[in-house]
Amino acid sequence: MKREKAIVKNQIRMVIPSRSQNEAFARTAVAVFASQLDPTVEELNDIRAAVSEAVTNCIVHAYGDIFGTIDITARIMSDNTFYIRIKDKGCGIPDIQEAMLPLFTTCTGGERAGLGFAVMESFMDKLKVYSKPGSGTSIIMSKRLITKEDNE
Amino acid sequence: MVEIVNTGERVTAGLYGDIDHHSAAGIRAEIDAALENSTPRILILDFGGVNFMDSSGIGLILGRMRLLEGFGGQIFIKNVSGHAEKIIKLAGLSSLTIK
Repeated sequence: MKREKAIVKNQIRMVIPSRSQNEAFARTAVAVFASQLDPTVEELNDIRAAVSEAVTNCIVHAYGDIFGTIDITARIMSDNTFYIRIKDKGCGIPDIQEAMLPLFTTCTGGERAGLGFAVMESFMDKLKVYSKPGSGTSIIMSKRLITKEDNE
Repeated sequence: MVEIVNTGERVTAGLYGDIDHHSAAGIRAEIDAALENSTPRILILDFGGVNFMDSSGIGLILGRMRLLEGFGGQIFIKNVSGHAEKIIKLAGLSSLTIK
């Protein structure tokens, strides 16, 4: 049977300054919105961690010493997929494949593990990264939540 | 948040709340102050009070591990559960776990 194309059931968008204080706000706000899908605790924690990594990347890597804005859109789709887009106008990534390698980091201080993309990839179903040096990066990730209907 | 018990030989850091890039800076500073003071043989990070952790928690472990290696100390982690465990597994650091 052909699956019908999913439509957007609900959507939020927030634009926040790239301050580290907002990391907790961003992941919590997105998780509260996702709770409309009645997710499991684990699914919610996966979403929380993925958002935290993406937002931290914007703060640490995209903007570094300057402040910019982080544009976050989250969508609940009719097929129970949760979709998140996190966009910055920072420095961009010259080599996306290299940036996504586990343990790769440009931070020389040694306090970043280089696991941001690995966490996003392993906790979400899909991850796409679009970036252009000088104009910014967009992360699009999605996760189909297990619903009670799926189990019936 | 972090609560430190320092016996000289051994530093135990009880971690509480959320560990992210923002909170890790303060936690790191407090632990490192204790490490620099006593150069202990053992550092134990106790994750029992942690509600949320992202890969900043891994950075915290790896950074302290390097610091301890400088004076021949060892790092262990305990009471890791739930989602933090998933991240520690992903990072391949489960072998540091003690009871």
